[in-house]
Parts: sequence; structure tokens; C-alpha cells
Amino acid sequence: MKNIDQLEKATEARLDALRDEAARTGQVTAAGITPAGSPLPPSGGKKGYYGNPLLKPPVWTWQVPLYFFAGGVAGSAASIAFVAHALGRDSSLVRAALWVALLGAVASSPLLIADLGRPSRFLNMLRVFKPRSPMSVGAWTLAVFSSAVGLAVVCQEIGLRGYSGDLLLAVRWIAEAAGALAGLVLLSYTSVLLAVSAIPVWSENRRLLPLHFVASALGASAGVLELLGFLNPATNGMALVAAVVETCLAVSIEMRRRAVDAPLREGKVGWLIRAAGTLTGPLPFLLRIFLGHAFAVRRVASVCFILGALLSRYAWIAAGRLSSRDSKILFDIQRRETPAK
Amino acid sequence: MPISAFLTDPSVCIGCKACEVACKEWNEIPDDGFKWSGQSYDNTHALGASTWRHVLFLEQKQPMGAQLAGIEEPFRWQFLSDVCKHCANAGCLEACPTGAIVRTEIGSVYVQPDVCNGCGYCIVSCPFGVIDRRPQEGLAFKCTFCYDRQTAGLMPACAKACPTQSIQFGAINDLRQRAKARVEQLQGRGYLDAQVYDPQETSVGGIHALFVILGQPEEYNFPPAPEVPTIHLKTAWTYALVSAAVLLLVVCGAFIL
Repeated sequence: MKNIDQLEKATEARLDALRDEAARTGQVTAAGITPAGSPLPPSGGKKGYYGNPLLKPPVWTWQVPLYFFAGGVAGSAASIAFVAHALGRDSSLVRAALWVALLGAVASSPLLIADLGRPSRFLNMLRVFKPRSPMSVGAWTLAVFSSAVGLAVVCQEIGLRGYSGDLLLAVRWIAEAAGALAGLVLLSYTSVLLAVSAIPVWSENRRLLPLHFVASALGASAGVLELLGFLNPATNGMALVAAVVETCLAVSIEMRRRAVDAPLREGKVGWLIRAAGTLTGPLPFLLRIFLGHAFAVRRVASVCFILGALLSRYAWIAAGRLSSRDSKILFDIQRRETPAK
Repeated sequence: MPISAFLTDPSVCIGCKACEVACKEWNEIPDDGFKWSGQSYDNTHALGASTWRHVLFLEQKQPMGAQLAGIEEPFRWQFLSDVCKHCANAGCLEACPTGAIVRTEIGSVYVQPDVCNGCGYCIVSCPFGVIDRRPQEGLAFKCTFCYDRQTAGLMPACAKACPTQSIQFGAINDLRQRAKARVEQLQGRGYLDAQVYDPQETSVGGIHALFVILGQPEEYNFPPAPEVPTIHLKTAWTYALVSAAVLLLVVCGAFIL
């Protein structure tokens, strides 16, 4: 009987404690059970509706950043091929650069199609031309670029097999020039695609993204050509300029203290951006400046830059995903211009 | 046809979710997950590919009429049925590369499901976070403004099912006036934080789903000053094309020097 009394006392005391805690704090910390997302934030105030994200995250899969990279390398390679050809430089370099451009273009379309929710409807991309939609401009640019570069490669390979003629030469020049022009749009429009969006970290970096995408496309295509054995002063020069620009951009991201750039500096994605910036910026720059006379070192520098350029595309998409979740920053940006009524 | 609009007034909403059910039934939308949110009575979380009307349940530190909360602090429980805003300048419509998203003759923004190829660009271009891709079909979906019903002379399903006229439907100019009058009425009754949510001063240029709200837009996850992303086209393209031109010069320089 005594035992039961003691037990009762203990359980009743526990129940009293629970009631006190619930009345005092509004919730009870139970052992073992924690509801997902608890403690649940209240609605309203600066956090928005229960702190839920206002924007939707991008649905783009791994193919999209890979396409950004492939398109960048291809576009830049087409420009290099055209300039080298026009200046009468090494014809084997022209040939290699054209092939890099073509392979990049050939790889790009399947990557983009695979990312669609309905891949079988990829041709709808060419249903209309909308200059105000960077995605539409990009789809048409890729179509023009692939055709031009394909034609240029065909003309070149025919020429190498002993056929010649004014018509063939004219077609080749037109195709190469068109490929170079379309290539310049192809390597840069992907930055516009991100900048012209509702995602704060992308749209607030609308000036930095184009510089970064263009510089890393140049450095990566120069790196690919160097890895193919074209270790000449021209490729080294391009790679150096790209590394200098990338160093400046990496430093400027580190120096900035805007809240909207938090995904670029903090957490895993911050470290990805930092790693990518190091691989495309200071590392290849120092390698080329101090040890650039050794071909092996230049190859290492090329590999670094290519990896960094690829990594950075993934990091920027991941940063956008994080940025879409942070409504507070969105509110702060919009309230800066429009104070509360 | 006249430009039609919604006016959603949370001050008379009873949180019954008849609009959500009516929308799902009429438009044959699949379920949206049956996920418990723990956020008051809200278990649909946010607007999305399969949630075209979403009733928010807010807990605000303000008194409200005859509501008895049983606590000493001021408290009001508010409900608001959120929906696609059908912007005058719509980010999704501008972004769509296939032309699947169109402006209809009733002023609404409509996604043609037989044209959309699921590229996903509209999703990151909507400043309200409304449109999304449904994984099953791989296509983008959002409120159609019951385009099918409206062209047949019927009221949208949600407005028809609403038992308290919290969702009103009509010509946009009439509803803008009605919203203004309602805000004045509410302020006269002591709800000094009542205001119309209709961002006309920003690049969005006004919306076709107006709201009367109590408190600030942020509390409803409404962007206080939404901008259509295409306002940045000029800056971004200028930087992109100038950088690309510099790239061409660098390539020339590298071969010449």
C-alpha cells in the first residue's frame, strides 16, 4: 500500500510539472519526441508567414550547370578558332578549337533536353522567339551556334581532304564568323538567365555574374586547348587574363558584406564558391606566373581552372536554391526602397 | 470581355477551405501531399503546382472584434485565401521561352499545358513564388483563373464556393473601388492596419487578384514591393555583351602580342 502511495505521488508530481511547464512556456519538452520543425515559429512579423519561403527554389537538375560550363567552353572555343584563323595562326589550333566548339555544342542540347520536365517537347523552344526571355534567346543561340560550328567543321574537314573552291571557303568563313558571334552570346547569356530572375542572390549579382561567366569560359576553353597540347603563348595569355579577372571577382565576393550574398560566403555552398574561386583565380595565376615555363605545370593550371569553372556553376545554382528560402532578405531588399505604410 | 479580377477579403474569411476544395474538384488537381505543417490549421503550406488556392492561418498580436482567445495578450486569428496574382506585368509570362504562358482576353495569365515543356524558368521568375512544376507531369501549373468557366460566363469555382463573400469576383475597376471602400470601412471600425494589397507602383504594375489585408504584406508572405525580373534585362545584357566583346579583344590580343 505504501508503495502505491509513493508511486501515485511521483506520477501526480510529474503531471503537475507538465501542466506548469505548458502554462509557462506554451509547450512541453517531452523526452524522445520532437515534432519535425519544432519549435514552430509564430506567423507574422519580420519572419513572414511562419518563416516559410516566399519564393520557389529552382527545379533545375545537375545537367543545367554542366550545360552552362559546356556552352561556355564551346562558345569561347569558336571565338578563338575564328580569331586564330583570321590572323593566319596555326591551322591545327584552329581545327582543334572548332572541334572543341562542335563537341561542346553537341553535348549541350542533350543536357538541356534532359533537364526539361517534358523532354519530348524540346522543339517547342523554337516555337517562338522572345527577345525578352533569356531562355528563348539562349535556345535560339544554341541552335544557330550548333549549325554554324557544324558547318564550319564540315567545310574544314572537306578542305583538309584536298577539296577546295571559292564557295567552300566562303561558306567556311561565314560559318566560322557566325559561330564566333553566336558563341559570344552563348557563353554570356547564361549569366543573364540567372541575373534576370526573382532569386535575390542572382539578381543582386547581375553585374558580377556576366563578368564571372565570361572570364571562366575563356579560361576553361584556353585550358582545354592547352590540355590538347596547344601550349603556346596565346593560350597562356588568355588563361592568365581569365585568372586575373577571376581573382578579382573572388576577392570582391569575400570583401562584400551584403546580407544577400550570405549564401556565397557561408556554409557548404560558401566553401564551394571559395574553392571554385581559388581554382580559377589565384592558383592558376601563381602557377603560370612563377612556374609557367614548365609545360607540366601549365597543364596542372589548366586542370585547376576547368575544375573550378565547373564547380562554380554548381555552386551558383546551389546558392540560388538557398537564397530562394530566405524571405527575410527579400523583404529587407524590397523595404529599402519602399518603406512600410 | 472585361478585365476580371478577384478581391479576397480576410476580414470575413472563416477558414473553411471551401475554395481549396472547389478549386481542386473543378480543375481536377491531384493531392498536395497531406503533410501536417503544425502551422495553425494550414496543411497546404504554400501555393504550388497542385495548390492553386491556399488558405493562410495567421496568429497576430492584435485584438479582433468579438474573437475570444482566452489569453491576456492581444490576439487575433486571421485567415486569407491566397491565389496567383495574375500580374499586369507577369514574370512567368515574360520568362516562358515556348510561348506556353499567355495573357488571355480577360486579363489573366494562363499556362497552356499542351505547349509547356517544363523548362522551369517561370518558377524562378515569379516574384510571388506561385508557379511550380508538378513532378508527375513535368509541366508548370498554377491558377487558371478558371479561364474555362469564365469564357462560358461562369464565376471561378473558388469565388462561387465561398460562403462569406471573402472571395469576390468581378471587373477589376469595380473591385479596386470596393477594396478601397472596404479598407475605409474597416479603419472606421478600428482596424487601423487595414490596407489594400495591389502593388501598382512597382514594375509589376498592379495585380488582378486584389487583397484587403490587416497588417503588413510580409505577414502573409506577400512581397512588399515585388518587381518583375525583366527590369534587369538591360543591365545584365549590357554587362554580358560588353564582357563578351572584351573576351574577343583579349583573344585577339593574345594572338597578336
